[in-house]
Order: sequence, then structure tokens, then C-alpha cells
Amino acid sequence: MYRYDGYDHQMLADRVAQFRDQTNRYIDGKLSEIEFLPLRLQNGLYVQRLAPMLRIAVPYGMLSSTQLRKLAYIANHYDKGYAHFTTRQNIQYNWPALVDVPDLLADLAEVEMHAIQTSGNCIRNTTTDQFAGAAPDELEDSRAYCEIIRQWSSFHPEFAYLPRKFKIAVCGTVDDQAATQVHDIGIYIVKGDNDEIGFRILVGGGLGRTPVIGKEIFDFVEKKHLLTALEAILRVYNREGRRDNKYKARIKILVKETGVEEFKNKVTKEWALIKDSSLTLTDEEIDRCQKFFDAPNYQELSNTPTQLTDKLQSNILFAAWHSQNVKPHKVTGYSIVTVCFKETGVAPGDVTDRQLEQIADLSDEYSFGEIRISHKQNIVMADVRQDQLFELWKALESGAMASNNLGLLTDLICCPGGDFCALANAKSIPIAEAIQRKFDDHEELTNIGEMNLNISGCMNACGHHHVGNIGILGVDKKGEEYYQVSLGGSSKNNASLGKIIGPSFAQEEIPDVVETIVGVYKEKRIGEEKFIDTYNRIGIDPFKEKVYAKAD
Amino acid sequence: MPKLINKNTVITNPWTVMKASTGPEILQVVPGKNFIVPLQFWKLYQEELNEYDGNIAVWLDSDENPEQISDELHSLPLIALNFPVFSDGRSYTNARELRQKYAFKGEIRAIGDVLRDQLYYMAQCGFDTFEIRHDQEAELCLQAFNDFETGYQSTVAEPVPLFRRR
Repeated sequence: MYRYDGYDHQMLADRVAQFRDQTNRYIDGKLSEIEFLPLRLQNGLYVQRLAPMLRIAVPYGMLSSTQLRKLAYIANHYDKGYAHFTTRQNIQYNWPALVDVPDLLADLAEVEMHAIQTSGNCIRNTTTDQFAGAAPDELEDSRAYCEIIRQWSSFHPEFAYLPRKFKIAVCGTVDDQAATQVHDIGIYIVKGDNDEIGFRILVGGGLGRTPVIGKEIFDFVEKKHLLTALEAILRVYNREGRRDNKYKARIKILVKETGVEEFKNKVTKEWALIKDSSLTLTDEEIDRCQKFFDAPNYQELSNTPTQLTDKLQSNILFAAWHSQNVKPHKVTGYSIVTVCFKETGVAPGDVTDRQLEQIADLSDEYSFGEIRISHKQNIVMADVRQDQLFELWKALESGAMASNNLGLLTDLICCPGGDFCALANAKSIPIAEAIQRKFDDHEELTNIGEMNLNISGCMNACGHHHVGNIGILGVDKKGEEYYQVSLGGSSKNNASLGKIIGPSFAQEEIPDVVETIVGVYKEKRIGEEKFIDTYNRIGIDPFKEKVYAKAD
Repeated sequence: MPKLINKNTVITNPWTVMKASTGPEILQVVPGKNFIVPLQFWKLYQEELNEYDGNIAVWLDSDENPEQISDELHSLPLIALNFPVFSDGRSYTNARELRQKYAFKGEIRAIGDVLRDQLYYMAQCGFDTFEIRHDQEAELCLQAFNDFETGYQSTVAEPVPLFRRR
């Protein structure tokens, strides 16, 4: 993974010192609340319902075992012994005290980590596919480009006070796991003429109050022009994005109001001025960044060794976990393992300090000392030998981390909701738990098959409910917490936004509503058809009829 | 008189920023001043300004842009860019555009809600002088220009991005 040099370290040290000074001035009353606000946000610090919340950047989801151990230490030392994986591959702590934050950031800096631009109206952490570098269907490893974008966007002096937050995702795999099309800028690595690798760029995607699928503005951008293209888009947005209304300030509204063609023209004009400037990427720089993501020291192994096949036959629990949580790797004899953090009764994405340490140890032993966080709030060990899968599973099981529901209905995405978040209209974690309790039979879950169920506690959509196959949104109905259900969303290559099924439901009705929806699917599906495909074939009406018929 | 700094020190300020609502009669009432006039004033009262015996510069608000003065800007000794509120980031882009697109060589000044914690980024984007808000301590503000030793980007202050310097 990327390693800091003297420049990176210096910048981070400067930033920690800067924020320490700002925090001291705020505490001394020399910096007003309103002036401190964007400064603390751009250092990841929110003031929440119960305590501050600090969001740590995990660039494109990658963590080393050393970093994991530091995160465990922070959970223990500054927090109440746990951390939370977010839907943008970051980590959040819910309890650190404001006065401790500069020290916490200094601790993080020791392991090349920070909380820079994890919040605020600036360019946020760049995300990517959690299988990058290991996936068999990858055109090129996206991480080098994510790192190039990370550096360009960190402390960008022109884009620190944008109209609103700005999120970029890069996808290098054929099967999009990065929700690329619902980002302010979505970048697909593509092959152009003569097999040259370049980028297809979408703009104006996003969730929140006005969910939109991104629109293509460039079908092929040469590698060397990546940063100049991004800079041109940001320049147009910074100047023309709406600042009169917070809810219309994202780039998606600008693109919509300007029209894609006209927006493209404006960007092209800006781009022409800088396309061949010092910001044009050099082969040396792309090469330098790619080297950090060189393949680890893989052994020559064969696929499906007897150590694996024997155990698959003799241990049905292992076999169940294997069929759900283990995916093919591009290198023979290796597999990609996802550790699913969706144990019933535990808030999705929550992880204890002890678990963080265990994962660090296991990644050292089984996966070259590195892990990734996925946008579905799980952890990936990307390079596990197939002949060691059983040992790894045993170890995970003893740490209560062997949930075998990856990709199934109970592997749901869920925001912190009304239990923690000041913005939420309704709780989301108890909804997740009630659904998980309703669907506690593994056989039934695998029978239902691939299913994304996403829950947000308010229309800011941190739980990505718009792109859930089943989406659940907490709403406020005359002071009561209600839940709106939508169907048919997807964040994959055929990205689509869910359609609201009808009037909202009380909290206790939700598990039965989900069961009814699943029942309709099981009745109507043809062969191996996934939920989303059945939905796309039959539409929303059959679901609607059943769900509301029951209510009568 | 608002305090003015450059990147090194407090400097005397020979210029007065004319408020957006001011009418042309001020030119009669206050002769011999150095005025930074609003864009609209500058467009509307060219003749009166030509006859005025003080120096004239122009300020752009954050929703205006250099294209609106692209033909005449090289004759200006100074262009000021306003921050109606410190969190409005448009003037950063305007400064950069003045330097990069129009190769403006004169002084670029930050006016309005100009605070200590945004000065470093302003300087990177091409601002030379800073009319800091009345409650800001000049000494504290001057430290801001050393907040970072260097940055990753190609900026006006450092056109060669770090990846070409590493």
C-alpha cells in the first residue's frame, strides 16, 4: 500500500499543528462557533447528539495491520472500546472529547492516518472497489489513481470552500462494487482504442434528498489528463454551484439545471486552459504510485487444494461460510475473504477494539498484513491462500466474526440513525436488528439469495436507501417515527433508484412488510432469478398489492 | 481604516473600498482618493472615473467573474475580490483565473470577511494583499502564511505540483 515520504509526513504534521492551534483558539474564545465549524468539519469532527463524532479517513478503504492496531488503541483510549465502519470506507468514533482530538490526530499521524476532509464542503475521501488489485475481472488496479486523486484533493487551496460536499469514486472492475454512479464524480477505468487504458467520467450522481444517477460527460479521458479533467469540473462547480440553498448545492443540481451538454461545454472550456499544463500527469508519477500497489509475494499454488475440499465436505458451517463469503481471486490458489460485520444484535459496521486487534493479527497471518473496508461496512482480506481458508475461518469463528450472510438480506447497510445522529428523523439500528431477527434461518436466507437491504434514518441517505433492492427510510410523521419502503434500487453497473411502494409503516410493521415483499419475489421468480431481476421484470404492483392487502 | 497585510508584514493602505450602494456623486464630494470601486459602478460611470483625479481600481463580488472585465483588466493596478462570508469559496477561483487565464500582473487583494484561517489558501490562489476583518489580529494573521511548508497541487504560488518536484 501507499507509504508516506518526507513530504507527506510534513504536510500531515503541519495539519495537526494547525488544527491544534485552531482548537486552542476556539476553546479560548478567540474563534467563534461559526468560524470554527468548517475548520473542525474539515478535520472530521462533528458535534453529535450525545458527544462529538470523529470520522477518520481510510483512503480507498485500505488499512495495514499496524494501522488497525492504532485504531484499536484509539477505540480503547479515547472512545468506549469500539469504532464504526461507514458506507464510504471510513471509520468513525462516537465518543472522543474535543480537547483530546488534536492528540488523537497526532497518534493517527504516526501511522500515516488522519481525519482530513472527511467532512465539510470539500472533496472527501476517494472510494473504490474493495476487491481492487485482487479481483479477476479488473482492467487495472484503481488504487494508484485513487492515491493520485487523494493527493491532488488534499488541502486543495481552491476547493476547500465548495458549495457542498464532494465525493469521488473510482471503479476498475467489470462488476461495480463501489456505487460509482451515485457519486458527484464517478470514474470507470475503461479500455479505449488500441487497448489503451483511460477513464470514463460521470458527473452529478448522488443520494441524499434528491437522488440522481450520474451522467457521462467524457467517454474516454487519457490517463495523463485525469487531474486536469477533475480540476476543470471542480472549477465550474465551485463557481457556479448554487450557494443560496443548502439542499440545492450539490453538483447534481447544477448539472440538472445547466443541462449535461452545456455543463460539458463549460468544463471542456476550462479544461482546454489547463489540459497540457504542469498538472498533466507524468508516466513517472503514475508508475511511482502503481509501485506501491504491486502484487504481494504470492506463492505458486493450485486452486481448490485438498486441505480446502476435505473441510468443505466435512464441515457444513465452514462450507456455508465459504460459499457466501469467499470469492475468486485473480491469482491461482488464492481467494478473497469478506468478514461480514452484520451479526444480529450488533449495529451494522460496529467493531470492538478487541476485534480490530484480532483482524490485525489475522491479516498478518493470512493476508499480507492488509485489509480493506467495503462500502457495505464489512472487512475484506483480499489475498488468502485457499489451503488456509479453514484455519482462518476457525479463527474468525472463535472471535465471533464468522457471519456467513455476506450479500444476503441480513448483510444490510444501516446508518447510525436516531440513536446517535443529530440529523436523523428516526432510529435505524433497531429496524436492522428486527429484520435480522425475523430472517435468522441461514437456509432461508440463501434461498432468497442476493439482496441489498439499505436503511437510512433520514433523507440525507447515509444508509443508501435509494439504491437498496429494498430501501427503508425513517420519516417523521407528526412527531412519530415512521418508515417508507422503496423497491428496485441498485448501486451496481445498472444503477437505479428505488421506487416508493406507498404510505409509510410503523416501526413494528417493518419486518412483516419485508417478509411479504420477499414472499412475492419467491412466488414470482423464474429459476435462479435475483430479486432485482424479478422486480425489474414484474414491476412494483404485485408487491404493492400484497403489502397493502395485508394491512386491510 | 481596515488593517492591510501582505504575506510578510502590516502595510499602509492607500486604497479605500467603495461600498456597492454608493452613487457617482461621491466622486465630486471626495476628490483625490484612491478608490476600489464595485464592478457595476466601474461599468456605469466610466466617464466620471476618467475625469477623477485619484487612482481607480475595481472589486468583484463572489458572484461576479473576471470575464466581465477581461478586455480592460490589464489597465488596472489592482483588483480586489470580495468574500461576503469567509465560507464562500468563489473568490479563490476568481483569483486563480485572473492569474492563469488572464495573466493579470497587478495586485490581487482579498476584501470582506477575510480571516486568519483562510489566508494560507488565499495566498496559494494568487492573492497578494489581505484587508483583514477589523477583529483579526495582524500578528496572528501573518503566521498563517507558514501553516504549511508545501502542498501537493499546482497553484499560483507554486505552479509545479509536488509530483514533479519529488
